Amino acid sequence: MDERKYNMAEEVKVFSTWASPFALRVIWALKLKGVEFDTVHEDLINKSPLLLQYNPIHKKVPVLVHDGKVICESLVILEYIDETWKQNPLLPEDPHQKANARFWAKFGDDKVMQSIGGGVLLKEGKEQEEGFAASMEHLKYLEDEIRGKKFFGGETIGLADIALGWLAHYLDIVEEIVGLRLIDQEKFPSLAAWKQEFANAPIIRENWPDRDKLVTKYVAMREANLGKGTPK
Amino acid sequence: MADEVTLLDFWASPFGIRVRIALAEKGVKYEYSEQNLKNKSALLLQMNPVYKKIPTLIHNGRSVCESLIIVQYVDDAWKANAPFLPSDPHQRAQTRFWADFIDKKVFEITKKIWTAKGEELEGAKKDFIECLKLLEGELGEKPYFGGENLGYVDVAFVPFYCWFYAYETCGKFSIEAECPKIIAWAKRCMKKESVSRSLEDPKKVYEFVLELRKRLGVD
Repeated sequence: MDERKYNMAEEVKVFSTWASPFALRVIWALKLKGVEFDTVHEDLINKSPLLLQYNPIHKKVPVLVHDGKVICESLVILEYIDETWKQNPLLPEDPHQKANARFWAKFGDDKVMQSIGGGVLLKEGKEQEEGFAASMEHLKYLEDEIRGKKFFGGETIGLADIALGWLAHYLDIVEEIVGLRLIDQEKFPSLAAWKQEFANAPIIRENWPDRDKLVTKYVAMREANLGKGTPK
Repeated sequence: MADEVTLLDFWASPFGIRVRIALAEKGVKYEYSEQNLKNKSALLLQMNPVYKKIPTLIHNGRSVCESLIIVQYVDDAWKANAPFLPSDPHQRAQTRFWADFIDKKVFEITKKIWTAKGEELEGAKKDFIECLKLLEGELGEKPYFGGENLGYVDVAFVPFYCWFYAYETCGKFSIEAECPKIIAWAKRCMKKESVSRSLEDPKKVYEFVLELRKRLGVD
């Protein structure tokens, strides 16, 4: 008699876009933990009804759906992943070290991304200079934090590395487009070393989005933003 | 070894109040240190060099910064009682989502209510009420966002209650008229000592907001 095998596999879906550095965090985390998942590719100009149903408040990617449970916001998703699949932990046990990791992840989103994305990529002239100066300040804090460590998480990739990981690929593209170097090897040697280490780490290196496509996209974003500022 | 806990704070800050509630809920004895934000202390600059802001918690010489990160830290470091977060990962994610929503959306809007005028003010009021209605939806029929007891989202949001009078007076509207469930929830929270002792007098907060408006050239 045939034995029926019930499929006990979990259903894990990630709603993402090819370019999103936020969705990439989720993909990295799942792959680092060896979790199988399906990707649902979204077009942000034409969002699927399912995405709008799952994330009615922000209407953004990434969204994680795990056996019907919906989680939104990339940093919230990362903590969910870490608590659900305990292999290769992203956060340390010690409360203070945990708080520290969360702090740097948040700093990356609140400050670093704002000054580099909003200030340097999308602006020009004096505004860009201000964005650049602010970015230098922010990068110096990261330099001080990473000094003496292989990753922000210590010997292995942690939450802060994943949250800041966009610096190891997307930043190169920003630098190329605006013609400015932000993570200068001489100014920020430890951060430059981390960038290399992270960019080439297994799994991370296999999942970067297409560079040329990103250049095209970011150039368009920059031009659109600068065009908007032109007086009529 | 006794725990040494110091909270660098500013009386009117809803972010600081979050931490006061969290420490009170856990029964942690601490030194409250009122900070002069116009002339920041060497200790604040040393303990929070990146943001130079309050609240900053110092626990046995090590600092923790950013109010929600501090609240989670307090929950982790003093595990024995009053957990703020549920144990189930999905429920924890929901809780974190709503606290993040409060910081990302609600706070920015409230600032506009006491600084903006005309159309911008009307827009901010509308957005604020919409956010409160979403929060009412999340609360549902529960006494607290945390269920039967105060939880992370309650701690994250209830400090703003002592600023409601300032919002209503500056914005010339009634929050209770639009969102009675939120007011009922806030009053329920205020019955808890950890909350009533941590929130400031709304009239004092309003005086402070008037001073800020003068300083910012709003009035």
